[in-house]
Amino acid sequence: MATAISILPTQQLAVLNDAYRKAVARKRLKAACAAALFCAALVIAALGAEVNLRTLFTYFGNFVSYFDRILTLENGARVWTDFAEWFWGWKKWLRLLGETLLISYVGTLIGAVFAFVLNFFAAQNTSPAPWLRFTVRRLLEFARTVPGIVFALIFVIAFGLGPMAGVLALAIHSSGTLGKLFAEIVENADMKPVEGVRSTGASWLSCMRFAVLPQVLAGYASYALLRFEINVREASVMGFVGAGGIGQELVVAIRKFYYSDVSAILLTIVVTVFLIDISTGWVRGRLFGKETRR
Amino acid sequence: MSQLPKPDTAQLRAKYPELFDRPASARLATPVMIVLALAIFVFGLVDLDFSPSKLISGISQLGWITMLMIPPNPGSSLPLYMQALGETLSIALLGTTLAAILALPISLLAARNIIHSNFIRFPVRRFLDSIRGVDTLIWALVWINVVGLGPFAGVLAIMVSDFGAFGKLFSEAIEAADKKQVEGIRASGGSALHEIRFGLVPQVLPVIAGQVLYFIESNTRSATIIGIVGAGGIGLQLAEQIRVLEWQKVSFLILMILVAVAAIDLISSKLRFAIIGQRAVP
Repeated sequence: MATAISILPTQQLAVLNDAYRKAVARKRLKAACAAALFCAALVIAALGAEVNLRTLFTYFGNFVSYFDRILTLENGARVWTDFAEWFWGWKKWLRLLGETLLISYVGTLIGAVFAFVLNFFAAQNTSPAPWLRFTVRRLLEFARTVPGIVFALIFVIAFGLGPMAGVLALAIHSSGTLGKLFAEIVENADMKPVEGVRSTGASWLSCMRFAVLPQVLAGYASYALLRFEINVREASVMGFVGAGGIGQELVVAIRKFYYSDVSAILLTIVVTVFLIDISTGWVRGRLFGKETRR
Repeated sequence: MSQLPKPDTAQLRAKYPELFDRPASARLATPVMIVLALAIFVFGLVDLDFSPSKLISGISQLGWITMLMIPPNPGSSLPLYMQALGETLSIALLGTTLAAILALPISLLAARNIIHSNFIRFPVRRFLDSIRGVDTLIWALVWINVVGLGPFAGVLAIMVSDFGAFGKLFSEAIEAADKKQVEGIRASGGSALHEIRFGLVPQVLPVIAGQVLYFIESNTRSATIIGIVGAGGIGLQLAEQIRVLEWQKVSFLILMILVAVAAIDLISSKLRFAIIGQRAVP
């Protein structure tokens, strides 16, 4: 191929190259420092987490063969050769799965109601008093940061074993996350309608009802549906601490090495999560059109 | 003051039929949906054994527990808790980094602008989706079966569950990259490797680094809970103290988690801005 690119004279090129190297050198040094720092942090972390590569290599075969084992029935055949045997407990599992869905539904709804009540106090533009806003914000932050399953652990002791503890744990955690998201929507809302309503002599409550609510309701519903999706996943593990749902069966199956049960329950959970994801996506599309922010 | 003219209802009706005579299905949709939602809610309350007496006794119990939690007091096990917290942070950092390293090649396979064939992309995407469908806690249980109790199982659990999430996010970042810069490199005579190194990587790397940092942050939360099933870290201590009803220690541990999470939030958001620069506000 004929070279059509004209090369600059060497002198000019040397100057340009020099400037380029200088510009890049500082950046490179910075990047190298950051990389070294990160590697040091990793090594410290590896020591702290008792990472033992030998254990990993010795047992990695186990991880692969674990999946081999959970896909094998007790008589040695592959699970998909005998669905009746694989899903022998499908009646019980479906009931528990239904319970899981109900837990997440009721939990999300209660959480959304709490968040709905609290978010107007937490949003900067609608909060009636600064101290109220501060308190509500800290409250929501607390509910959001403490993991749902920690609430579940405590509630199981207070309310007894069963789905009620799971529902309340999800409700509190969801009210924390939804409250923050809802408040952000309210902060983005147009304030002119509020001024319009206020100018007619309306109270704070009427301002919220007639000026803010119509603007934000669609966003609320969209976020609540998203939260429901996440809560289905969370509810599937609430049973680990005795707070109801399918997690109970799963933890028993894993701990007692009922291999084919593990794969069956995992499969039902994954399929359910898929279905819920797809259907809430569909509902969101139907309710708010495609252009709604996620 | 002039009187407003009386509105001519009949004419308005004729002019805006879609406002005055909406079909019954559109008018009924909202109330039906609300009634349905409430019906499921009530059914749920009944089915899940909610009862006012249980609720009241539980809340009074909870009030009692809260009273016992104050003041937070670690007793003599503060060093143990600090070590557990360090373990948790290590789990989060290591698990997320490993997941990012593993997810990078896979995400190339799932990106539309790199792999054009649906035959590879589709199964890879479904594979990543099903990994994400399983909760971190479940992965922790599986890994405990494989490598035994301890923080190492936690690292591997976070690694696997984030692998699914990263694979998806990275591939989306790669798909969103601008094609023009790659073409520019090609036009100036660069090889395929040069195209990736100088055309793609500078665009994608800041996005990926931001996401990894964000996940380290959110994994600090996940790492606090995987201890509950025995995969090391502060969750193990927390679950133990809750089971033996040492409420002062419980509240101290929760406070420790809150402070640690807040600190990591602060650091990582600073770092994120340093990497991404001021232009992209997430």
